[in-house]
Amino acid sequence: MSIAAALLAGSMVLAACGDSGNGGTPESPAGGDSETAEASDLRVGLAYDIGGRGDKSFNDSAAEGLEAATGELGLTDVQELAAEADEVDADKEARLRQLADAGYNAIICVGFAYAPALATVAPDYPDVDFTIIDSADATGDNIASYTFREHESAYLVGAIAALTSQTGTIGFVGGVETPLIQKFEAGYRAGAEAAVPGITIVSNYLTQIPDFTGFQSPQLGQAAAEGQYQTDDADVIYAAAGLSNNGVFTAAAAAGAQAIGTDSDQFLTADPSVQSAIIASALKGVGAAVQDFLTKVADGSIEPGNTELGLAEGGVDYVINDPAVQTAVEAQIEEFKQGIIDGDIAVPDTL
Amino acid sequence: MTASLRLRRFLLLLAAPVLALVISLVAVTLLLLAIGNSPGETFQTMLRTGTQPNAVVDIVNKGTFLYIAALAVAIGFKMNLFNIGVDGQYRLAALIAAGVGGAPGIPGFLRLPLILVAAVLVGAMWAGIAAVLKITRGVNEVLSTIMLNAIATAATAYLLQDGGLGVITGNSIGTRPVPESGWFPSLDPIARPLLGAFGLTPSPSKQVYGFLVVAVLLGIGFWVLVNRTRFGFDLRATGANPSAAVASGINVKRMILVSMLLSGAVAGLVGMPLLLESSGHNYSQNFPTGIGFTGIAVALLGRNSPIGIAFAALLWAYLDVTTAPLALFGISDKLSAIMQALILLAVVVAYEVVRRTTAASEQRRVARELGDDTAPAPTAGVEMSKASRAGMPTDKAESADRPGTADTGTRR
Repeated sequence: MSIAAALLAGSMVLAACGDSGNGGTPESPAGGDSETAEASDLRVGLAYDIGGRGDKSFNDSAAEGLEAATGELGLTDVQELAAEADEVDADKEARLRQLADAGYNAIICVGFAYAPALATVAPDYPDVDFTIIDSADATGDNIASYTFREHESAYLVGAIAALTSQTGTIGFVGGVETPLIQKFEAGYRAGAEAAVPGITIVSNYLTQIPDFTGFQSPQLGQAAAEGQYQTDDADVIYAAAGLSNNGVFTAAAAAGAQAIGTDSDQFLTADPSVQSAIIASALKGVGAAVQDFLTKVADGSIEPGNTELGLAEGGVDYVINDPAVQTAVEAQIEEFKQGIIDGDIAVPDTL
Repeated sequence: MTASLRLRRFLLLLAAPVLALVISLVAVTLLLLAIGNSPGETFQTMLRTGTQPNAVVDIVNKGTFLYIAALAVAIGFKMNLFNIGVDGQYRLAALIAAGVGGAPGIPGFLRLPLILVAAVLVGAMWAGIAAVLKITRGVNEVLSTIMLNAIATAATAYLLQDGGLGVITGNSIGTRPVPESGWFPSLDPIARPLLGAFGLTPSPSKQVYGFLVVAVLLGIGFWVLVNRTRFGFDLRATGANPSAAVASGINVKRMILVSMLLSGAVAGLVGMPLLLESSGHNYSQNFPTGIGFTGIAVALLGRNSPIGIAFAALLWAYLDVTTAPLALFGISDKLSAIMQALILLAVVVAYEVVRRTTAASEQRRVARELGDDTAPAPTAGVEMSKASRAGMPTDKAESADRPGTADTGTRR
């Protein structure tokens, strides 16, 4: 995957472990052997937010990154824990403490909900390296965090949707109306408007804070998408709703319409019966971030602080799965992408 | 006689929860064996976790807010009002209290009282809607409070928007944090030495909620109100028999309103330790939900008695906290939910068994006192006791006054 490759390549350069083909930097005497030897001491704990594995989206891409790193670094002890519904911060703190107390020395928090718990727990375990995905709020000497400019990839799929639409109406289905998902919508709207000025965009969120079931309810996603396809006459919908995306895909396939996935290349993991409806996905390198963190911890080059990843860093990207769409729009989308990377296009991150 | 009777009653009262625990432990053991886990290892892990200092504090803290939630539910239960809306009440109350607490320009000494008053008022008001609907339109409070939960969710989402009470930081939205003058004092100065005496030293950031004191005071207040006041008597009377309550001059509508308001007011306090004594000190999108529903289970488990609920809340918290690390040992952490459900189920069964046993033994006693030394058939005993409870003496007097109408009297 291009994101993983790009990020890893970046980390390799920084980490100065010269097997990425990019060549080593002067301070890179370490070969593959010593890296593996070091890695065997690495015990990795990964704490998911509610849901855990199986969402075919955000959490699963973290899991993919973990698996890739496990193979690459020769990790032998990897533990994954998932949050329960209706938790309090103390429960999340306890989970992180359990991992640290059990001797896991590289701990990954998947999801911004862990930020307060992490900020509380990390100072008590100075020898453990922590990371958190999607939040820069927890800071400390042993916390490295990763955030993404998701609005940049959303901008590109907004343009894809607008350019592909026949009816002149495109849709957006967000899981839960949080600032994070609004960021997706803001980018999507801007991209669509830039590609086809005056295009109609309909938008629905499945649930509101504090009801987070919108990320795990395919039936809600399906109902919202059916409404947009049938009532609003939309023919392309961008779904940013976690597991609920699968409902949007079902509705798209049933309506003979098109949908765009999010976070990972959802065409690859979708049910074959709905694959034909998925024309593209906005990509977010959650797995690559996990891999980047573990690689750096393994070779000791990890630095505290936040890493923000956008198109320029290869942290977010897009993929087009439908050959016809690819032929029709790819050149234009690449132009937009270059514009964002060069800073000629400023993508808004709020509505 | 009364002393031994009292002892027997007490033992029977104790028998139900013990029986329930035993039943559920056996069921969980069988379950663990069935899925191929070692019950010994599982229970050992739980026991070990339960004695770790941080876990002890977690159990007490979780028990604190579960206790308050269950008390809120129990107030309604005492008069057969099913307040399912505790969840929405505490969430809305916590959000608005957080909004008040984070507002600039409030003098420091006023901040905490204002936050608590706001929480109590909002909780009471939200529950009050259900009460007014019931009194004026006869709307069942189960339905209205469920719907009010959904409306509370929508209302909090609306209020928590950027530009409203919400402030976006990074990928998260929440209210402005409550400044330190509004924080609830921690119990740490007392609790830490106390825990230390037992050889427990929790991490510095792990502090026992000062709200534990509030929970205890609420429990005492609840007991006094229900058992030692005119209002409490009316409450229990209305719960036991609404028509009889009306006949004896109790204003049932007023009782519904007052008890729902009280229930909601207590519910408003549920979120306070989480708001005023947890790391963020604000109401964010991660503010915990669902405590109101757990409160219903805890109130049922504790049989609506302030002491019973305290044990139930601590047991519930204990199971929650001690089952969490099981996943590290390859045992499903869902065990907690299964165990809690089994205990609840077992409690219902055990209380029914104990109730029947008590009834049967009372019948035997009554039969003995009436001079019939040979043990009576149980069915006869049931009828006897039912008749005496239904006010047999009055019937007798009535039929004695008007012998010809005896048949009508009994049929009535």
